[in-house]
Amino acid sequence: MMAFFRGKGWVTGLFVLLALLFVFTRVIQPNYGANDFGSLVRAVLPFAFAVAAQTVVVIAGGIDLSVASMMALTSVIAAAMMDGASEEFALLVVPFVLLVGFALGALNGILIVVTRVPDIVVTLAMLFVLQGAALLVLGAPGGSAAEWLKELVVGTVGMPGVPEAVTDWIPKGLVLLLVCLGVVWIPLRRSWLGLSIYAIGSNQLAAFRSGVPVARTRIVAYAIAGLFGAMGGLTLTMSTGIGAPIPGPYLLASVASVVLGGVVLGGGRGGLVGPIVAVFLLRLVRTDLTLLAIDPNVAAIVEGTIMVVVVMLGAFLAMRGRTQ
Amino acid sequence: MTSSPLLDATGVAKNYGAVAALRNASLSVLPGEVHALMGANGAGKSTLVKILTGAVPADSGSILIRGQSHDIRSPAQARRAGLVSVYQEPALIPDLDVASNLRLTRTPLEPFRQWVRELGVPDLDIYATARDIPLAIQRVLDLARALAIEPDVLLLDEMTAALPADLAEKVLDVVRRQSKAGRSVIFISHRFLEIAALCDRATVLRDGETVGVVDIEPGVEERIVELMLGAKMEKARAAALPSGDAVPSGSQARLGLRNLRVGTRLQDVSFDLHNGEVLGVVALEGQGQDQLFGALSGSIRPSGGTIEVDGRPVEFAHPADAVREGIAYVPGDRAEALLMQQSVQHNIALPFSASLRNWGPIDMRKERQLVGSAIERLQIDTRAQREVQRLSGGNQQKVTIARWIAADARTILCFDPTRGIDVRTKKEIYRLLRELAEQGKSVLFYTSELEEVQFVCDRAVVIFGGRVVDIFPASVADEATLTRASYGLPRDEKRDIAPTGGEASGQVNAT
Amino acid sequence: MSLGATSTTAPVPLRRRIKRFMSDRPLVPLLILLVLLVLVLQILRPGIINERWIANTIKFAIPLALLAGCQTMTMLTGGIDLSVGTVATMSAFIMATQVINHDPAVAILICMIPAVLIGLANGIGVGVFRVHPLIMTLGTSLIGIGCLQVYQRTVIATGTKVPDFLGWLGTGLTYGVPNALLLFLPVAALIIFTLRRTGFGRLLYAVGDNEKAARLSGVVYWKVIIALYIISSVLAGIVGLLYVGLIKAPSLSLVEPLVLPSVAAAVIGGTSIFGGRGGYTGTILGALILTVLTTLLTVLQMPEGARRILFGLIILLVTAAYLRIIEDR
Repeated sequence: MMAFFRGKGWVTGLFVLLALLFVFTRVIQPNYGANDFGSLVRAVLPFAFAVAAQTVVVIAGGIDLSVASMMALTSVIAAAMMDGASEEFALLVVPFVLLVGFALGALNGILIVVTRVPDIVVTLAMLFVLQGAALLVLGAPGGSAAEWLKELVVGTVGMPGVPEAVTDWIPKGLVLLLVCLGVVWIPLRRSWLGLSIYAIGSNQLAAFRSGVPVARTRIVAYAIAGLFGAMGGLTLTMSTGIGAPIPGPYLLASVASVVLGGVVLGGGRGGLVGPIVAVFLLRLVRTDLTLLAIDPNVAAIVEGTIMVVVVMLGAFLAMRGRTQ
Repeated sequence: MTSSPLLDATGVAKNYGAVAALRNASLSVLPGEVHALMGANGAGKSTLVKILTGAVPADSGSILIRGQSHDIRSPAQARRAGLVSVYQEPALIPDLDVASNLRLTRTPLEPFRQWVRELGVPDLDIYATARDIPLAIQRVLDLARALAIEPDVLLLDEMTAALPADLAEKVLDVVRRQSKAGRSVIFISHRFLEIAALCDRATVLRDGETVGVVDIEPGVEERIVELMLGAKMEKARAAALPSGDAVPSGSQARLGLRNLRVGTRLQDVSFDLHNGEVLGVVALEGQGQDQLFGALSGSIRPSGGTIEVDGRPVEFAHPADAVREGIAYVPGDRAEALLMQQSVQHNIALPFSASLRNWGPIDMRKERQLVGSAIERLQIDTRAQREVQRLSGGNQQKVTIARWIAADARTILCFDPTRGIDVRTKKEIYRLLRELAEQGKSVLFYTSELEEVQFVCDRAVVIFGGRVVDIFPASVADEATLTRASYGLPRDEKRDIAPTGGEASGQVNAT
Repeated sequence: MSLGATSTTAPVPLRRRIKRFMSDRPLVPLLILLVLLVLVLQILRPGIINERWIANTIKFAIPLALLAGCQTMTMLTGGIDLSVGTVATMSAFIMATQVINHDPAVAILICMIPAVLIGLANGIGVGVFRVHPLIMTLGTSLIGIGCLQVYQRTVIATGTKVPDFLGWLGTGLTYGVPNALLLFLPVAALIIFTLRRTGFGRLLYAVGDNEKAARLSGVVYWKVIIALYIISSVLAGIVGLLYVGLIKAPSLSLVEPLVLPSVAAAVIGGTSIFGGRGGYTGTILGALILTVLTTLLTVLQMPEGARRILFGLIILLVTAAYLRIIEDR
């Protein structure tokens, strides 16, 4: 049973579950079409990046509570900088914001390594600090986004030679998500650094003995999480056209998706595919609850309960794994 | 033997706070030599290994490899200097597959495969996750990985401990061939048989110092045991007076173990602990004594056999169950037993509040009285009683025992209670344990300092490789006898008076 | 006990002595800090310190101090309770709607039911399933808010009302002394007594200091944790009732703004977020300090963002400092 949770079987199972849920969606709402899928993807985007950030940190054996605040801060920075600026200026804003995310993520890691205060306390403190910083940048929702950035998440990708019936189902947002995640994750996963991140999460002593620089690797893991967080912040600005300084409900969702995606709390196991599929799954459940004409507040309760149960199960399995 | 040493460590010292783990250790390994590193528990072996492999920095001393001085700060640096270790616990990352583990340590694949085959694992799937590979095979893979990068000096820490006989044979064979190729091996083992079969010389550590380097030749075991014990040897022999049979008989056993088994670490252990008895447990490190005490205290679930309390079979799902039966566990690591930031009184009174019906207001007068009498009985220095972490080690240890005296536990399981504390406190603890026994309480007493057995115990159980190899009455349990037994060597014929030892010692070689 | 008693032969270096002093008498520096803050305030705004200001400060510090009591107790076990804001809001809102059709006593009983349930859920999640308390209480708080919103729909026609006696308790003064003290003093005394003089209080420290040692002494972790989180929730529910009496306008995010300060108050008060160290008297001072600090920041026209940054930094710095104090011995 434990082997199943670890293996590819789990991710495959998630895909199957997602497919079944799509079929179910079509059954309860025969009109569910490409447009609805597009809006699902737009809803998923910020969650997906939050999950990616959390995944990297959890694999490295930590946890990042500041992910939602990080997204809020990077989002308002982007929105404030682009407010009234030219379209071309946005070309500079994007890399700058990504850099800010990377640096603040690294700061998380450095504080953990230097102060030796546990991850959970440092990132809790950073949650408040980043939230405050976001409020200083923009006191209330505002700012704006460059048109071309907003375009990136609207509509579908047209490909010559491919019938529209197919391309309709490939929203730009999905391509953006896959490209952004892929550009960071695939080389990382294949690199020695990626192995080291898994190694420090799996068994810190064995990693040290295998010649892994543990402190440095931990800082890098948090920095990458910061980078993903900044991407998430940018997608928030892209899809809303503004920046909001109040963090969204991404923390619990990211932890729940990470657990549901087969990444064990405590580190060392899992990948990015599972958590991303899990995010789609959780969002689609929300969509279905809406389609079933369930009060959105009740839907929120159901969603919250699912997430809490998932996290409880994950913690339980992690505990069992430790005692074995 | 005229060539200059490949590895030459001299004057290595290391202090942990006020405790000197190593005072003046030296180790000189010649090219093409298999060199045994030996020493009793706490002699400083593991600290020396940590220093050589870069896990901890030495306070002083020099380490030369091929005549060059090296400042080894991490395992990676040790590797670059040409020294590679295979640790007691497997160093494979449990969640990565073998191929990734090789990449992580930058080990070439082909030589690794070759070594794996030679070590007797023909069909290794290098895409198997390390966690799913049996422990014994993991150790072999560790060794193959070390061999694949052709180190000048290979350090093997208890390499054969968890291996089945066929694999162990292959490993020894490969090690022997290493030395023929001009490379050196540092071999740490508790098994004299292996050392005799494999090693050229042995360095013996005692109390953090190198006390001798001997050539391995027939009959050297006695010499090594002598070196490990030092001056104590003579004293101990003199003190050992064969007196009458100390085993209490007839009475109902307080605690009975019947074929107790815990995983692979503890096999088929049976013995009785009687009321009014202090029963010593003697074992080298990692022979299953941790599992034994864990199972008896309700911390670990046994995988087989039964535990009887006053003749009734019991099952402990939680330490609370053992406490309810009057069985208290005093762990060896004081940090495991104490609430370091709380007061002495809070620490001693802890078991009182444990059960639900005592969650209400505390009768402070009664508590002070109970705690006070326990403090007095153990003569705990309470000047710094506000926080236990400010007490000296000896006083801390007394607090861990005082807790159970105040709670009036009938059986106390003491795991090496005198390690690292001053002589006076040690004596007080001996006296206390004896007093408890005289009051009809029973004590199970694991000790790493073998002379204590005759100071405190009525009998001593010796465990080797997870099995009981012998039970001695205290009268014959001098240090030399216990040391020999704990290394699995058969009883000295001249001294062999108890018939129980015969069949037990026959099993030793099989483990 | 004098400081010199622990040093036997070698003189204890000054740095260590300061550390020991800080950990033995954490209240003294806190009191000094409080007085300093008040002085700064008096210098910046001469004449601001008067009887009314003091009564007002106490009035606003009390709900914070009580909520910080939840954090103190949970933090002693190495936990945290982020659901207190939601629980307090829920019980305030439910009471304010139920009181229209029911007797106030009945309404108060009804509004405590969700508090107990959330506490129970937290306790099971943390004690049995070993979810990190932060994640667990955050989750139940999200669910709680969802439930409250659903509940609001069902009572939308009923309207809300704050019973007079809660208003009296929350805002009233008697001879210039806030009536809220009538609730606060006994509750505070009970918390302090529980922590110092009951078996349960001892176990909170024990579990937070060294869970393994507690286990070996026969303490069953989940029993302690479940009881703790239920108590914490019930206390949060009581805070909600008091706070709605103070604010007089039940809303769906009534007590939420107090959650972060409640954590900060406990941390400032010397309760270690790792467990095993601290007490409620420090927390009360911490709550007073934060309330005065908030006034000060308002006087300085410090924006809300800067205040949050400051709170975050306080948590990080104080935790790191306590870590050093614990380690260095």
